[in-house]
Amino acid sequence: MSYLDKATLKVVGTRPIRPDGVDKVTGRANFGADMVMPGMLWGRIKRSPHAHARILGIDTAKAAALPGVKAVITRADFPDVPPDRAHIGTAPHNLRDLSRNCMAGGKVLYEGHAVAAVAATSPAIADEALDLIEVKYEVLPYVMDVEAAMADGAPVLHDDIFTAGVEPKPTKPSNVAKMVRFAKGDVEAGFKEADLIVERRYTTQPVHQGYIEPHACLVSVGADGQTTIFSSSQGQFMVRSYTARICGGEIADIRAIPAEIGGGFGGKTIIYLEPLAYMLSKKSGRPVKMVMSREEVFRATGPTSGAVVEVKIGAKKDGHITAAQSILKYQAGAFPGSPVQQGCICGMAVYDFPNSLTVGYDVLSNRPKVAAYRAPGAPIGSFGVESCIDELAHALKIDPLKMREINGAKDGGKSTHGVTWNNIGYQKTLEAARAHEHLKTKLGPNQGRGIASGYWHNAGGESSASCHVNEDGSITVTEGHPDIGGSRASMAMMVAEVLGVPYENVRPVVGDTTAIGFSASTGGSRVTFAGGMAVTQAAQKIVEELKKRAAVIWDISPEAVEWKDGKAHPAGPNAGSFEPLDLPAIAAKSGRTGGPISAEVQINAQGQGPGFTTHICDVEVDRETGHVKILRYTAIQDVGRAIHPSYVEGQMQGGVTQGIGWALSEEYIYDKDGRLENPGFLDYRMPVASDLPMIDTVMVEVPNPRHPFGARGVGEVPLVPPMAAVANAIFDATGIRLRDLPMSPPKLRAAFDAEQPKLAAE
Amino acid sequence: MSKHHVTTTINGEPMEFLCEAQQTMLDVLRDELHLTGSKEGCGSGDCGACTVILDGKLVCSCLMLGVEAEGKKVITVEGIANGDTLHPVQQKFLEHAALQCGFCTPGFIVAAKALLDENKNPTEEETRYWLAGNLCRCTGYDKIIRAVLDAAAVMRGEASA
Amino acid sequence: MPRVSYTAPATVDEAVKALASAGGLTKVLSGGTDLLVQLKSGRVKPDLIVDMKKIPGLIGIREEGGFFVIGASTPGVMISANEKLEHAFPGIVEGVDLIGSTQIQGRASIAGNLCNGSPAADSVPPVIAARGIAVVAGPGGKREVPVEKIVTGPGRTSLAKGEFVVEFRLPKPKPRQAGAYLRFIPRTEMDIAVVGVAVDVTLDAGGTCTDARVVLGAVAPTQLVVEEAAKALIGHKLDADTLAKLDAAAQHACKPITDKRGTIEYRTKIAGVLARRAAAIAFERAAARA
Repeated sequence: MSYLDKATLKVVGTRPIRPDGVDKVTGRANFGADMVMPGMLWGRIKRSPHAHARILGIDTAKAAALPGVKAVITRADFPDVPPDRAHIGTAPHNLRDLSRNCMAGGKVLYEGHAVAAVAATSPAIADEALDLIEVKYEVLPYVMDVEAAMADGAPVLHDDIFTAGVEPKPTKPSNVAKMVRFAKGDVEAGFKEADLIVERRYTTQPVHQGYIEPHACLVSVGADGQTTIFSSSQGQFMVRSYTARICGGEIADIRAIPAEIGGGFGGKTIIYLEPLAYMLSKKSGRPVKMVMSREEVFRATGPTSGAVVEVKIGAKKDGHITAAQSILKYQAGAFPGSPVQQGCICGMAVYDFPNSLTVGYDVLSNRPKVAAYRAPGAPIGSFGVESCIDELAHALKIDPLKMREINGAKDGGKSTHGVTWNNIGYQKTLEAARAHEHLKTKLGPNQGRGIASGYWHNAGGESSASCHVNEDGSITVTEGHPDIGGSRASMAMMVAEVLGVPYENVRPVVGDTTAIGFSASTGGSRVTFAGGMAVTQAAQKIVEELKKRAAVIWDISPEAVEWKDGKAHPAGPNAGSFEPLDLPAIAAKSGRTGGPISAEVQINAQGQGPGFTTHICDVEVDRETGHVKILRYTAIQDVGRAIHPSYVEGQMQGGVTQGIGWALSEEYIYDKDGRLENPGFLDYRMPVASDLPMIDTVMVEVPNPRHPFGARGVGEVPLVPPMAAVANAIFDATGIRLRDLPMSPPKLRAAFDAEQPKLAAE
Repeated sequence: MSKHHVTTTINGEPMEFLCEAQQTMLDVLRDELHLTGSKEGCGSGDCGACTVILDGKLVCSCLMLGVEAEGKKVITVEGIANGDTLHPVQQKFLEHAALQCGFCTPGFIVAAKALLDENKNPTEEETRYWLAGNLCRCTGYDKIIRAVLDAAAVMRGEASA
Repeated sequence: MPRVSYTAPATVDEAVKALASAGGLTKVLSGGTDLLVQLKSGRVKPDLIVDMKKIPGLIGIREEGGFFVIGASTPGVMISANEKLEHAFPGIVEGVDLIGSTQIQGRASIAGNLCNGSPAADSVPPVIAARGIAVVAGPGGKREVPVEKIVTGPGRTSLAKGEFVVEFRLPKPKPRQAGAYLRFIPRTEMDIAVVGVAVDVTLDAGGTCTDARVVLGAVAPTQLVVEEAAKALIGHKLDADTLAKLDAAAQHACKPITDKRGTIEYRTKIAGVLARRAAAIAFERAAARA
């Protein structure tokens, strides 16, 4: 049964109200910090005030003696995670590093690095106990800037890290954890053929995912190790296995329950608190609740990388690019693992360059370990490439959209990273942009328009789903993906479509680790794709079983039964004339026709379709203050098939808004001692409602035939183009190119003063 | 240190609680009264996730001590619906998909209700500036603003509920 | 949050006694929108908090002869909603209105904004420009202090132990007198002022300025009353030459720092820009009044 033809769909593509919606608008939904357990203690963390220091000693005696304190832990309470146990299953993270990130051992590597934790009967007592913990440090020189960290003589964070990806293997430890390289053709030859070459350098600062809900968990460890973890995360299976590995517990002993999650954007695909709460609970014998303050979120949880991006692109006069090269240096923070590889790949992937080379460096520095942030790595790489393409287009006097039409990725083309495109929608986003009314509107003085495009692979991977017919014929579908953007509604919609029943008859459940099979985390824009595939297959199995039950009821062969519009029908007049049987009718007889009607599916989804997008941004610039106002924004994206269009639009609008903040106002500001100066929403400036206009979205549907409904991942690619779209718009408005993010008012004003001193003085 | 005994009215119901002086109203709502609908996003009055209405004024409950509730009337998100009948703002948030993760939603619901109590016909700009103290990281605010303006139309009798 | 004691006096005398007799660190609680942030971050660890809001008159707005009187703890929403106040002091109302969000406005007070001692406080420059007076109660009784004499440096006031601000007295504007306040922030809301400028002018029937006050915020350890800028306006209409002199005077008076909110160079330039823009608004408002 194919669901790729939109005209036949009754539920998918509509906009029903999400099943968890009423709970969320009434405050009834339970997020990570909303649970309590009898006997619960409050956990708090002691953190390093230094960016880089050796821990000489920790004295916890006074803290432990404070009345109300029930447990104190340090690194000494945690088992070592040896290098051969650093990975688990197909999970991407190095758990040895993560363990030492959760609780510092030997050295603290960034301001805010956890060194100890306490559990007490009230938050006030826990805070007092922290003040009583005495830590002796030997302060070490630190390094923050990515190129400074790469230079000879920089303080080295780890003496057991040697640059990977370099031959011959280095013998000196380095802050450059890894080098990656992708090449196609011969860039030197390509540059020689170019009529014009533009070579530029771009910089970005670390920016935080900015989820409004701080990390929170409640963990209860029994005397026999039976453990319940209630926490807000992007993956309860990740929570379970990571906590087990870091704490020396058993996976099978842990039940990880996914709370409703107040935003993640990649930042909650790892854990910080659960292992500490586990140890405190184990030591105290009581449940422990830990909730980060906003300050802790900024000081100690992963932002994404700050970076230096050097781009060189050459083209012929007619706009055909002959060669493109990018060098990316990304901060990883205190442990390896920046998304530099994705930055390299994705910046390039928008175009079919005949010759290209991209090199990336993963660089350690005394900052929090970076965590995934919505299309990790790609927005930074694209900021460079999309800005540079715009410069090239203007220099050649070619319309930036045309530049992309000429050089943009097409079916049959081959990317820099070696993929041959098949069934992609990039050119369609350009067509839609060209036809859009936005391009026809006139601009006034000090106003400008910029265009930028983006790419993200999206992900497939492991998902499980189970579908049950309840006694009254209603349907419960259980899947394993925390719902960060409305996905459980989409799951119910796909199941309802397959079964031919109203959406209201299907209840989706996000199951804990005991209620559903293994499911990889919510991220990579994979849930509607892989999770959707799993629930669809489960529903299809249910349909087969329902047909069998009808056959039993009618005493005919199952081949003679068809399922249509939510009912079993005899397949043709020869099968017999029976009244169609709906789900309640079949369910009522299930005990006599074979028992409960359920289906379970476990898949490793392949064939995810990549996502492409093109954005158009209008700005107005105040030349005296350097303030940039976003006048209008249109995001055009190939979404495959919008299962629930409102939530697809929402992903686009949310990603655009994060991108605007990244472009104009968000950055980590450090003082001269390596301490974060703006660990709060006052001075870490995310866009507020009055900063933005409505954000128009255009969903281009080039279905991905590998998904039953044609869906592609949609959540991440919206963050890829905005910074360049805004930068290109600022250029159009003012003639000034800004290449260092954020493009804050002082930078703009300084650029005006430098380029046009006469005008500035008026 | 002895606790303070506070008598107050929350969502129309008389309530009493004990709290230490340094506990904020938000701490009290969540940890003493188990009204966990109000959220802590920042603890510094910059995100609005803890928004409540205090004697008719919109305030951040994280910037108020629990003891200051003495003799006052507090409305939280739990008091916005009328039994199982949602307030038009709540209904329109659902219809417009004006929430994704839903964490900021309680604060927005309370703030939007306060706006519409005071201004029956706000413009888009007035709505955006009124809600500037409520941070959302998921939606980009577009659908939130549409939901509030639509709710206003419903409350004026100009649109269907 | 660290533990603390709390008391809410019912009269001015009780409050003075509570402040004067307390050992350790004592903090006045007005709207709480600065104090609670500081408590949470651990920046301030008081032993005692004295909540002034139960004292009669601390919250409220009244007219008394030639003055408007605003109770020290009156929240911003009450100030903005008062039409007479807004008509008389548009600059003060817009300054107050810019403090934080709608939620902050539900609590934040001029006294708190002032006595927190931030150079970037939004309500303070326009109150000073309007020649506002703070009425201070203390062990020695009540005294009146020009508002510009309250703040002595970042986080510091001239108030002695046991003293607190009870109310603000604002002299009613003369005919053709009006003020304006502008601030620069990176976003459109929710930021602390990078620069704030208040201008208050009195015009004659022909539109020439006969009196003026120009007050800069966020560009020095305290708010700056810029005499040179006032002199540039007095005796002139707001023509291009006057604007240029005003701009230069504002820039010249700046003593800003470079911090996470702005650089010295940027703040200085913007002080000039905002002085021009605020003056234009003040002149226009003043001219519109009979």
